[in-house]
Amino acid sequence: MLPLMQLEIEAYMKRNPAQLNVTGGGSGVGITSLLEGTVDIAMSSRELKMAEKLKFEEKGKKLIVMAVANDALSVILNPQNPIKQLTREQLEDLFTGKITNWKEVGGDDLRVVVYTRESSSGTYEFMKDHVMNKKEFTKTAISSSATAAIVYATSQTKGAIGYVGIAYVEPIVKAISVSYDGGQKYIAPTFNNAFNKTYPITRPLFILYPLEKEKLVKPFIDFLFTVYGQKLVTHKGYIPLK
Amino acid sequence: MTIKKIKEKFVESIIYSCGTFTTLAVLFIIVFLFKEGSGIFQKTALEEGYSLAVNRYNPVSKLSPEQIKSIIEGDIHNWHQLGGNYDSVYIFTLSDIESKFTQEELGAEFEHLKEKITAYVESNTGVLAFFPSKYVDASLAKIDVDKITLASILKGKDWYPTANPAPQLGALPIVLGSIMVSLGAIIIALPLGVIVAIFLAEIAGETLKNVIKTVIELLAGIPSVVYGFFGLVVLVPFVQQLFDIPVGETALSGSILLALISLPTIISLSEDAISATPQELKNASLALGANRLQTIFGVTIPFASSGIISASILGIGRAFGETMAVLMVTGNAAIMPKSLLEPVRTITATIAAELGEAPTGGIHYEALFILGTFLFVFTFAVNLIAEFFAQKR
Repeated sequence: MLPLMQLEIEAYMKRNPAQLNVTGGGSGVGITSLLEGTVDIAMSSRELKMAEKLKFEEKGKKLIVMAVANDALSVILNPQNPIKQLTREQLEDLFTGKITNWKEVGGDDLRVVVYTRESSSGTYEFMKDHVMNKKEFTKTAISSSATAAIVYATSQTKGAIGYVGIAYVEPIVKAISVSYDGGQKYIAPTFNNAFNKTYPITRPLFILYPLEKEKLVKPFIDFLFTVYGQKLVTHKGYIPLK
Repeated sequence: MTIKKIKEKFVESIIYSCGTFTTLAVLFIIVFLFKEGSGIFQKTALEEGYSLAVNRYNPVSKLSPEQIKSIIEGDIHNWHQLGGNYDSVYIFTLSDIESKFTQEELGAEFEHLKEKITAYVESNTGVLAFFPSKYVDASLAKIDVDKITLASILKGKDWYPTANPAPQLGALPIVLGSIMVSLGAIIIALPLGVIVAIFLAEIAGETLKNVIKTVIELLAGIPSVVYGFFGLVVLVPFVQQLFDIPVGETALSGSILLALISLPTIISLSEDAISATPQELKNASLALGANRLQTIFGVTIPFASSGIISASILGIGRAFGETMAVLMVTGNAAIMPKSLLEPVRTITATIAAELGEAPTGGIHYEALFILGTFLFVFTFAVNLIAEFFAQKR
């Protein structure tokens, strides 16, 4: 979410005499900083964990949590792989290493090579929770700290399977359709399908602030929901709310 | 006291204080490394501040991190697989709270949470409850999880540091991965480096020598992330096609790249050692009728051998500690390395990729510092051995 927020803040500061700073570090870091009061606004690509809610409760801080955009993840394969669609169950078995050959899901006799983000990334957590039923990635998964490296490696490796935000999908890889109803309906990872919420692997991106800071942060929060603010969301490859 | 003497005293004290400062800084870093890491040995392999509780009629009282992972993944689904009763395992965590109880039942400030959890655990025989310790009533039967020990880290084969609720911190594949990549690098770099060093010291003319030395110094000046890019775009596809393997991100790719990176160290140190061979020795050999090659292999190399060995050992140290380049080309899969043609995860790559997001002071953070101490001990030992060989001369 860092690039999106940087863009939003730059645009906001051009129009308003305010000084805002943004730093990265991941959803967990943002929420912890908010708890400690070192920041006024935090962004998160996941919902608050129950443990975090309890910590805010302890400190007596009321939190406002709002979704500002959506993000959709594509499962990508090498273009030479004939597979065009997979069910969630098949994805789970592929990513956990239960399926090791593409012929088990109707493809060629080819070893499956799983590419994943590093375990610290929010995208990794999201795949684990919403696609893989909270199971861990296979030990043989090749991990990379950069999305671009996953796209590049998938384009080079015939048996590759990986996942990236839909904005990062390039013609050198193939984004496949997925089914969350056991194979009745397969949905392609397109902007429109994500926008009308039919594509299942989407996640909301949240913005959080403590109620006591409402006056201070409100103008910027409102800006995020303006037509222009939401246009910037599209510009960065995320899915706007409306 | 003359002004000259005061001046001398002044310079002397500056030299001393610089030395003291450097020594203290190094000591501080070492102490910091070990202190941050050692905290882990007081902890159990369970997320901090959390407890595992079961129903009072459940005879199971101890679980290993592996067993907990198997339960979460559904591979173990009945308590009798763990030596308990015939009863299916049901996991109960904070994320289930909202689907089981309404906010009113829990209270606006979660004041009823503890009693709800207690009641739920007492009324379900197969439950395995995982909650912050302060919400787990003292009357509930608790599950013990093994303490983390140096042996469990060194022997463990599973590295899932973010697994919830029980992180698994087996560093064996990572340590072996680092050793394998470094050894591979030295096997490639040593013959190449020594031959180039001989060529530079004994065979090449003055101009050629200067040109080659400049190029080698240039090689040493290239940032390792640039080597990494080169490896990712050129070396990885090359290795993949050459051996016709499913993935090009392998230990071999890392070794080749590290060999390139450690070449400057090996070449310049070996060349120094070879050049230090006294001319009298070489002349004596030539006078006995030996030709130039015979002199090189019969006199110069044996004389310089201790220097060459220490150069190559320092090269291993350089390779072992290299981060960015290996991070980009070895695939970083934490599996037990079986051959050079499979992905490996190295110590440095693990620290670089994970430390940024590991919560400070947590188990994951401390485990990464333990990996750092392994790295330190290894590099320190390598330097001692190199020193030993250099002294022999």
